[in-house]
Amino acid sequence: MTRMIGEQDYTTVAQDLLARASKQGATAADVMVADGETLSVQVRMGAVDRLTKAREKRLGLRVFFGQRSASASTSDFSRDSLERFVQETCALAQAVVEDPVSGLPEPGQCATEFPELHIHDATKLQTDEQIALALRAEHAAFAADSRITNSEGGECDSSSGRIILANSHGFLGQYANSSFSLSVSPIASDAAGMQRDYWYGVNRSFAKLESPEAIGQEATRRTVRKLGARKAATCRVPVVFDPEVAGSLLSHLCSALSGYALYKGASFLIGQLGQQIAPDFVTIYDDGRMPGGLGTRPFDGEGLPTRKQAVVERGRLTSYLLDIYSGKKLGLPSTGNAARSIGESPSAGPTNFYMVPGTTRPEDILSTVKQGLYVTDLIGFGINMVTGDYSRGASGFWIENGELAYPVEEITIASNLKQMYSTIETIGSDLVFRGRIASPTVKIAEMMVAGN
Amino acid sequence: MSNNESGALARFGVTDRDIEQALGRVKVSAVDYADLYFEYCQSESVSMEEGIVKRATKSVGQGVGVRATAGEKTGFAYSDELTPKDLNIAADTARYIANSVQGTAPVPVTHRPALARNLYPHDRATIEVATRDRVTLLNAIDAEARRYDPRIKNVMAAYNTEYKVMLVATSDGLMVGDIQPLSRLQVTCIAEENGNRQVGTFGGGGRIGLDYFQNDQRYLHFAREAAREAILNLSAVDAPAGVMPVVLGGGWPGILLHEAIGHGLEADFNRKKTSAFSNLLGKKVASEVCTIVDDGTLPLRRGSLNVDDEGTPTSRTVLIEKGILRGYITDKLNARLMGIPVTGNGRRESYQSVVLPRMTNTFMLAGESDPQDIIKSVKKGLYAVSFGGGQVDITNGKFVFSASEAYLIEDGKITRPVKGATLIGSGPDILKQVSMVGHDLKLDEGIGTCGKEGQSVPVGVGLPTIRIDEITVGGTKA
Repeated sequence: MTRMIGEQDYTTVAQDLLARASKQGATAADVMVADGETLSVQVRMGAVDRLTKAREKRLGLRVFFGQRSASASTSDFSRDSLERFVQETCALAQAVVEDPVSGLPEPGQCATEFPELHIHDATKLQTDEQIALALRAEHAAFAADSRITNSEGGECDSSSGRIILANSHGFLGQYANSSFSLSVSPIASDAAGMQRDYWYGVNRSFAKLESPEAIGQEATRRTVRKLGARKAATCRVPVVFDPEVAGSLLSHLCSALSGYALYKGASFLIGQLGQQIAPDFVTIYDDGRMPGGLGTRPFDGEGLPTRKQAVVERGRLTSYLLDIYSGKKLGLPSTGNAARSIGESPSAGPTNFYMVPGTTRPEDILSTVKQGLYVTDLIGFGINMVTGDYSRGASGFWIENGELAYPVEEITIASNLKQMYSTIETIGSDLVFRGRIASPTVKIAEMMVAGN
Repeated sequence: MSNNESGALARFGVTDRDIEQALGRVKVSAVDYADLYFEYCQSESVSMEEGIVKRATKSVGQGVGVRATAGEKTGFAYSDELTPKDLNIAADTARYIANSVQGTAPVPVTHRPALARNLYPHDRATIEVATRDRVTLLNAIDAEARRYDPRIKNVMAAYNTEYKVMLVATSDGLMVGDIQPLSRLQVTCIAEENGNRQVGTFGGGGRIGLDYFQNDQRYLHFAREAAREAILNLSAVDAPAGVMPVVLGGGWPGILLHEAIGHGLEADFNRKKTSAFSNLLGKKVASEVCTIVDDGTLPLRRGSLNVDDEGTPTSRTVLIEKGILRGYITDKLNARLMGIPVTGNGRRESYQSVVLPRMTNTFMLAGESDPQDIIKSVKKGLYAVSFGGGQVDITNGKFVFSASEAYLIEDGKITRPVKGATLIGSGPDILKQVSMVGHDLKLDEGIGTCGKEGQSVPVGVGLPTIRIDEITVGGTKA
């Protein structure tokens, strides 16, 4: 019989693995362990549709033999399996080529302070409580408008977990986090057809989650207004992005600023550090220490302390998103943005990434547009990160004389991201965090709309 | 043959008795159906960039998912521990939806069919390729792409393999195991000339091993194709915007079918009447030249399976026959609720996810037109031969897919390459615009991954050359 290791011992497991790797001849190593539990409830048409409950754990090991390295992961924590796991990971590392840039952070670089960041709420919801919340949200959606005739359902999820990171330079850090979310996806119909939209709330603290009624009503407001959508004519016009889709413009920016995309030559922002990439009223932050943030954590995927930094300041690109490796490739220090999936080597990505809001109310932005498009949904993957070329499916509303005139669909919007960032005309005052990446309403001077 | 349940049982260390007891615990009278899905999956990836193979990763996972369905309800739990105690906890959780105390009588699992066929016989050694062999392959790819043209400045390539062992035991007394290998080789090239940088990609694979890539030095062909696309894009002009005729080349452009109609014909959306195709069975949804099938039984294909994740043998389902909507693709739950046949399309990403009706290999049958005549028939339009991803809104039927290699057609001739652009249309209408279908049906190279409710599964698509009379092209040029 193999002895199973209890959950309380995960820091011991991590340190034990480091010792075994060292015994196998590894010159350095790091270990990440994650465990968590989730309860997901989906309801549909007033009844339970699906319940999912699970507890899981996973462990990732990265070993170095000089400048050769490999990573591996397993969910099998039994003692015999772990011994074989360490051996196989070490063998893998010795089969790849030396990479002169590879390595752990220097001992002094890792986090030494672990402030309270309010990312863990110990509230444990009962299955029946979550069912009731999801039912209330769906009910509120139906009650808000008689044109809601069907539903993809309501969902209430809760999860909590722990991350432990240890390396052979003596770093040992851990944190716990939690997440509570509630969403509903109503379907409206009329003679012309069906439309679906959804709305959601997500928070690390259960008490701060929006009410099911507020979520249901907003979902219905967003859905029924799409009824009767038609195509628009092909033309070049100003385009206003609502906050949900404006966030996607920031997430493309994150991809382009990832150190890995940059050193591989796979980003349209190569060599732009210090350059003006947007008008001077545009400032964008990455803040890994924002209290309660969905991207908040005390240290990054390599153990470096997270921080708040301006990525774009008054339109000028002031920082990339870097971990140790991609930083070295570019001749720059890590920015504390190492992202890590268990068993993978690090990559670089955002923590809480947001555009500082302006002072213009969203309705006042619309009122500046004589003819144009207000985008509320985007679909597809028509973004070329190497060139910045952008072409996506869109739906939303046609703007006429400063007001939303009618819903539109089956159109595309196209331009180039570099051009789009540099021609941002107005930023709204409506910044709300509903994810790790957040933006207020954004108006782009002009894009190509393709329709009829 | 190693594809049998006793081998799988030994792998998971559970006994028949454990399985029958856990099934008995969950399959109470209020539960219509229950199953246990055991999975072991080992995946390995070796990748190269800047001329050196610098990354190697390996992941091993195993666990069990326990599911109960009662009416429209599904209860589901999973565990990465496989002890009888963990099985029972999962069974009790899944049973929660039935509001019932635990069952006590074990459910006998007596029907243990050997696989009727093996669509992907393999030698484990050719799947779990030695790291040094992967390194050799990737190094040769790098050299070939750079040799193709000195303007190729970086080559990124990855060789990924997956070795999955599954075993499903169901409350209708069935127990089936399968071993599902999967390999994929992907190459990306970046070309640069006078500050103009462009990207090209090519990839392929299937339920095959290393020998597939070595045959006829196919891996070098992958390198050249990725390099060719990157170099071609250096001279691409802005894509047009607006409605125009579009000719799709054979193979991967079949992603059109996957997005435009495939998802809309998955039974769950139609049972819930949330699909733009709900109530269209027997109706005309395409022109008469269109016959479209979903076929999970093609040997070695990425989207193929011997049995689906509920133990049902996969099949060939006619979705559209000469323009008429004929069928949906189903899993057991939706087939039962809708009173229609089980098609063997019940799939899950892993033991951690629930079964959903999903596509396997979706393609249009060959027609009678000569591909050259199809191109000649277009006065001014677009010829698109390679695509990135696509997406669909099931409810209003609007779908997109984005070209990564496309050309202008002017006066019946292919002229200049254009930059990538997204094409957008409406699922229930677009296939009515198909006026010509080529005799050159081609399946894709084996790169497709389909996402639904956060679950990814490997799929295939296929298409002959077709002409679409009108579709909106999302370029930047008026």
